Amino acid sequence: MNRFFLGFVALLVLGQPLLPEFTVTLLNYIGLYALVALGLVLLTGIGGLTSFGQAAFVGVGAYATAYLTTVHGVSPWGTLIVGMAVTTGISLFLGFITLRLSGHFLPLGTIAWGISLYFLFGNLEPLGGHTGVAGIPPINLFGIELKSGRTLYYLIWAVLLSAIVTTQHMLDSREGRAMRSLRSATMSEAMGINTTWYKMVIFMMAAQFACVSGWMYAHLQRFVNPTPFGLHIGIEYLFMAVVGGVANVWGAVLGATLVTLLKQWLQDWLPALLGKAGNFEVVVFGLMMIYVLHRAREGLWPILLRLIPQKRQGRVIEAAEPLPRRSMPEAGSIVLDVQKVTKRFGGLVANNNMSLHVKAGEILALIGPNGAGKSTMFNCISGVNPPTQGEIRFLGDRVEGTESREIARRGMSRTFQHVRLNATMSVLENVAIGAHLRGHKNFIQSAWRMDRTEERRILGEAARQLERCGLSEHLNDTAGSLALGKQRLVEIARALCADPCLLLLDEPAAGLRHLEKQALADLLRKLRAEGMAILLVEHDMDFVMGLADRVTVMEFGEFLAEGPPEEVQRNPKVLEAYLGGVE
Amino acid sequence: MDFQIHLLLIQDGVTNGAIYALLSLALVLVFAVTRVIFIPQGEFVAYGALTLAAIQAGKAPPTVWFLVALGAAAAGADIWQAVRESRGSRIPAILGINLGLPLALAGILQVAPLATLPLVVQVILTLLVVVPLGPMIYRLAYQPVAEATVLLLLIVSVAVHLALLGLGLFFFGAEGTRTPSFTDGSLSIGPATFQYQSLWIIGITVLLIVGLFAFFERTLYGKALRATAINRTGAKLMGISTDMAGKLSFALAALVGAFSGVLVSPVTTIYYDTGFLMGLKGFVGAIIGGLASYPIASLGAVMVGLLESYSSFWASAYKEVIVFTLIIPVLVWRSLTTHHVEEEEH
Repeated sequence: MNRFFLGFVALLVLGQPLLPEFTVTLLNYIGLYALVALGLVLLTGIGGLTSFGQAAFVGVGAYATAYLTTVHGVSPWGTLIVGMAVTTGISLFLGFITLRLSGHFLPLGTIAWGISLYFLFGNLEPLGGHTGVAGIPPINLFGIELKSGRTLYYLIWAVLLSAIVTTQHMLDSREGRAMRSLRSATMSEAMGINTTWYKMVIFMMAAQFACVSGWMYAHLQRFVNPTPFGLHIGIEYLFMAVVGGVANVWGAVLGATLVTLLKQWLQDWLPALLGKAGNFEVVVFGLMMIYVLHRAREGLWPILLRLIPQKRQGRVIEAAEPLPRRSMPEAGSIVLDVQKVTKRFGGLVANNNMSLHVKAGEILALIGPNGAGKSTMFNCISGVNPPTQGEIRFLGDRVEGTESREIARRGMSRTFQHVRLNATMSVLENVAIGAHLRGHKNFIQSAWRMDRTEERRILGEAARQLERCGLSEHLNDTAGSLALGKQRLVEIARALCADPCLLLLDEPAAGLRHLEKQALADLLRKLRAEGMAILLVEHDMDFVMGLADRVTVMEFGEFLAEGPPEEVQRNPKVLEAYLGGVE
Repeated sequence: MDFQIHLLLIQDGVTNGAIYALLSLALVLVFAVTRVIFIPQGEFVAYGALTLAAIQAGKAPPTVWFLVALGAAAAGADIWQAVRESRGSRIPAILGINLGLPLALAGILQVAPLATLPLVVQVILTLLVVVPLGPMIYRLAYQPVAEATVLLLLIVSVAVHLALLGLGLFFFGAEGTRTPSFTDGSLSIGPATFQYQSLWIIGITVLLIVGLFAFFERTLYGKALRATAINRTGAKLMGISTDMAGKLSFALAALVGAFSGVLVSPVTTIYYDTGFLMGLKGFVGAIIGGLASYPIASLGAVMVGLLESYSSFWASAYKEVIVFTLIIPVLVWRSLTTHHVEEEEH
């Protein structure tokens, strides 16, 4: 916990009695709005999703408590649980029907949900229709009735700050790393991350924050009607997150503060200035939002942060017990067996009747001219793109059509031809993603820091693999700052972090310098000696021929030749494919 | 419920459905070409209807001054770009198109006896005011971030919607208006009675759809838009300007929106914020078509219209809830039949 945070908390607690009533009220609303915006930071900044329906979730929390406390006399703490349960149900359902589709279906779905709920609240007689529900009792906390805004102030800010802290904790964990890599879905799935599930978790958390905010809102106002839960308020919440900055949890607080103050001010001045009554502040909000999205996509928080000098401290790797390892298949046994695989994309046949196999403790190189279908083959094997026909056996089991995260679980790991790293995350964190399946703590445990032993073991493993790949000095650099060749090595470290028994490497030596290539070759030999099976695609023939035990050659998606390197190099068909035939 | 009522509800549903179909076509078009989910589509409906109403009341519509202002801003942005690219010779053309023409139009609207002009001329003037807003908004709000993610473009759309909504209130006030029918009266065939305005709406919708189809199939610009929709980079390499394609698709969307407003304002009172819900109903149609298929989108939109008219008969308070819930089964079905992992955008 840093000094700024503690100072902020002290200011909030000690400063309150000195503040005038109006400022306390304003701070209460800022706190309530920031909690909703925090959910949107998670959803938009971390998950690459968004929702316009957060105001409707606020409405669920508010109406649940309004109805149950006034009509059925339930305690506010009971209604909180009911509200959260309803919110969970709704968010699971909305997530289920939209999250497997392209990214824009969730926001569109939430627009429909936001509008429907608004009209539903306004028309249901038991909920008071458009006039709403009055006479909501105050919350009773350990015998103290939180009747005034001044007392509820403490609850609102305590909830908001603990939401911020737990969110920060969660993001800095195995679960958080999985969430932060959701935008790179193919890579995440290949590392064993169930992307749909994590999107669902994020959406659910955002909805819960909104619901709790609504619950407190109802007990602050002691009255609810449908107006504050409409679609346009939902858009305003998104506006807060975008203006504050969706990449950081504090962006939510900044955005909520700025928008609340600005709205207050504009609602006073604009009608007077224009000589008409109306919500003209939305024009300013709209234009501001466009400006921010054009000029400062990360929002205003990073700009504010630049004004304060920061000292960057790298993460120190603490000693921890190594993670358990998987038992390797017996040396010489067949790990991967591809039989007669055909892959068609519409009319294009990318792989035709292609076969190959790899044994434990062996390096097989798959070579062929550009466009021969090598990367397609990789995608078939690793489950990214299942083959149209044919059989793929991994450790004896058929895996064609199996999801790539399940194949990863069984011990296959891979790198990508076009590097897929999270450029803004540190090298260490990127590599730790590889160990995703070797940890088991869930997002609630990590939010409350009950995952620290496991986390130390995972980061220790990541650091160990980075050292093996010769990247120890780059541990705390952001992945995007590395040269391309080194980024490829980071991918290899990440793949190794999964403790695989079969490693698929797509052009690992491209962009490496001579000495780096030698180091890589040494590493691969060492892995082979440990019993790992390695399948690699590579164009650098010196590298391949000095390293591989066997070579399989592809051309035009078909099998051309197979054998030990020296034999393949003399094969007339291979020479023709690479150098052109003599007409 | 007798046959007469059914007939009435179906007529009502198909009439509104035709408008939603037009809007959904524009939404699919804009999304395909620019990846923009065009939430502000509905504002063009309101601007179209209310601009026509102002002209018919004999007043110069306030939207023309908005056009001049947006034109000035667009000209500013274009000139800045031209100067940076050292192509100063383009400045007169930029000024002429973005500022000269709107000012000329504003002048005409000041002096012309607007209220007494024939309806056709009033409609043309309305379209001349509202349609250019489309490409100008594209230029100012979307073009600078044209390569961003769908998500970011969607948030921009919401922001544009907010701004246009507030401006709509400023321009037209909170009162709604209705414009006179193109042709008064109704046509009776046997037991059925058809409002002439409904026939106008359905007829013009069909004509516009045929027109759009011909545009995409027969003209070079239409083919350029289709090429951009299929592959932006490929289209760029073939010399198709994606900026042009974006502006053109926004112009078409604005045309469809404004014209829908002109068509619908004799049968429904239009307020400054009516367009938003209409646009969203077009969206429901577009989502039914997966934001990709024109024919399914228009059929879906007609379905929305029918569902709306029947639910307003049986449960009018829950009309909107029922209509927007329609997308749930569609999303469930799409979700269960899709098997791909969403690929990242760069």
